Amino acid sequence: MLDKTGVPTDSLVRSRFPDTSFLVKPKAILECYEDISCNPCATNCPFKAITIADGLNSQPVLNPELCTGCGICIYSCPGLAISVVQIVEDKARFKIPYEFLPIPNSGEVWSGLNRTGERICDASIINVTDSKRQDKTVVVTVDVDKKYLYEFITIKVQK
Amino acid sequence: MKEIDLMIIGGGPAGLSAAKVALEAGLKVMIVDRNMSLGGQLIKQTHKFFGSEKQYAKTRGFDIAKRLIDKLAVHKDNLEICLETTAVGLYKDYVVTTLQGETYTKYRSKSIIIATGASEKVLAFENNDLPGVYGAGAVQTLMNLYGVIPGKKALMVGSGNIGLIVSYQMMQAGIEVLAIVEAAPKIGGYKVHAAKIRRLGVPIHTSTTVKRAVGKDQVEAVVTVELDEKWKEIPGTEKTYETDIVCISVGLSPLHQLLSMAEIEMRYIPELGGLVPIVDEFNETSMEKVFVCGDVIGVEEASSAMVEGSLAGLIAAKRLGKEHPEHEARLDDYLKQLSDLRNGPFGIKTRVGLKKLRGVGDAR
Amino acid sequence: MGLFYESVLCYHVRSESGGIMRIEKHPILEFKQREKIYFTFDGKEVFGYAGDTIASALDALGVKVVSRSPIHDRARGFYCAIGNCGSCHMVVNGVPNVKTCITRLEPGMNVNTQKGKGQIR
Repeated sequence: MLDKTGVPTDSLVRSRFPDTSFLVKPKAILECYEDISCNPCATNCPFKAITIADGLNSQPVLNPELCTGCGICIYSCPGLAISVVQIVEDKARFKIPYEFLPIPNSGEVWSGLNRTGERICDASIINVTDSKRQDKTVVVTVDVDKKYLYEFITIKVQK
Repeated sequence: MKEIDLMIIGGGPAGLSAAKVALEAGLKVMIVDRNMSLGGQLIKQTHKFFGSEKQYAKTRGFDIAKRLIDKLAVHKDNLEICLETTAVGLYKDYVVTTLQGETYTKYRSKSIIIATGASEKVLAFENNDLPGVYGAGAVQTLMNLYGVIPGKKALMVGSGNIGLIVSYQMMQAGIEVLAIVEAAPKIGGYKVHAAKIRRLGVPIHTSTTVKRAVGKDQVEAVVTVELDEKWKEIPGTEKTYETDIVCISVGLSPLHQLLSMAEIEMRYIPELGGLVPIVDEFNETSMEKVFVCGDVIGVEEASSAMVEGSLAGLIAAKRLGKEHPEHEARLDDYLKQLSDLRNGPFGIKTRVGLKKLRGVGDAR
Repeated sequence: MGLFYESVLCYHVRSESGGIMRIEKHPILEFKQREKIYFTFDGKEVFGYAGDTIASALDALGVKVVSRSPIHDRARGFYCAIGNCGSCHMVVNGVPNVKTCITRLEPGMNVNTQKGKGQIR
């Protein structure tokens, strides 16, 4: 399915989530489903929580014990394939990469999209960072209903 | 006629990397490039690059170009840069003719590095010559270099990395991407690129191609059609999109013309993108001290073009009797980087292509 | 379709006098205000900006047809924008077959749509 449409299957997506018991703390979700020559997620992780078996050509693997959810991998990933997620009461709190205009402001409510671009829920903007080392990949912290944990992927502005 | 040590034709990632290493070794270098600035196609790449730190991974393409250019500044006494200048002739006696405006100049160079890159292929379909049918790279150039939007809506033909990346960049520039069509049954480029477009609602239709463009003096619509497993059109599956941009992204072919002109031994290797020179393991051609690097010796990513460029600069310096102070260490490093970059599934075409190329007889 | 950016379109694309399409705001790139460069296209005075090629300035003006083909008189636009394909040939200051996609726009240039192969003087 991913090969034909660009949309990963639900089981593929779930395979990248650690056990929900880990998600009381923020953890990185590495949606890199292909062996490509690329390693910045691993080389930039300050906690050595991401490993790439041969150092360059295999898919990254997260050690949720070591991951602190710091989010450096989010803007280090050239494929924009990494988000960080934490479960906070009845919400799933995501940190996602974002490279479009307009840039959201905290307090706003945007639309939450699934992996085919359909609106599935409201997304409350909690925080937005755009530091120099992010190099124009804005990281948006956003809350969605917990039931969209495996479906939510990005945001769009509400009309 | 002007005499020089090393002429580098093409100032993209490969040519700039070659210049850096050759200058470090103490050669006098001239770079000839027909564009208005150095950097080749890097200067319009707004996305962060893949690879590892050595090839500037996670740095945006235009910033990589800046860094490569900045690194040459310390060597400026030994470097001459000719921009808006096209190399139009390469001859067996090491003469290169350039054209700037209406002025032709001849140089004789002891060694020559050809880093001319590649050009976008075209696709045969009805009305493919209508204005508004652009190479995907052309739209990228217009948007990201000149800040020009060539239209409001686009259909992308081809789902390789260029097709996927340019689709994303069109959205960033405010162009609506209607769909991406791909004749093959599978998406050609990295799935991470596909996923980041798909999640913004742009459909990717595999086993689908463009049938015809419609319009009088420019594109007004485009008709697509689905293909069966034998790549034959399935009647009744035509779909019309109203659009003013059709982007063609169906691959690149090496810009080999200068090499052919000097009667350098060439071979057609589909895996490398077309006609390429036969080279030894250090990319030296059948014409002694003439080297190639980057897409002209096989279409790949900019990351490997940079490493190939460094390698060409290193070997050219040695062959001219000015061995780089770190020659051995650099040689091992560059060869290892190349083999690492080509080691994954996406490197298979290059691996097969280079084997075919070198397996058929050493040019030297 | 167009789920995301229809709202964005008007937000950061400026359309001047009906045809000019220039990016004003971009999430990654910065386009600084540049000096206007006036030139003549098919007898009309028009303008682009410093740093443009002839082809990029014309495209921004909505000009898509840069030449007519020699035999069938078909409209030609540019294809590659980097000097490879030769589909951008125009008559510039009386000289035909100028690759306008890699030729820097200069003040006062006289640019004309090329009909067929062009006349070399």
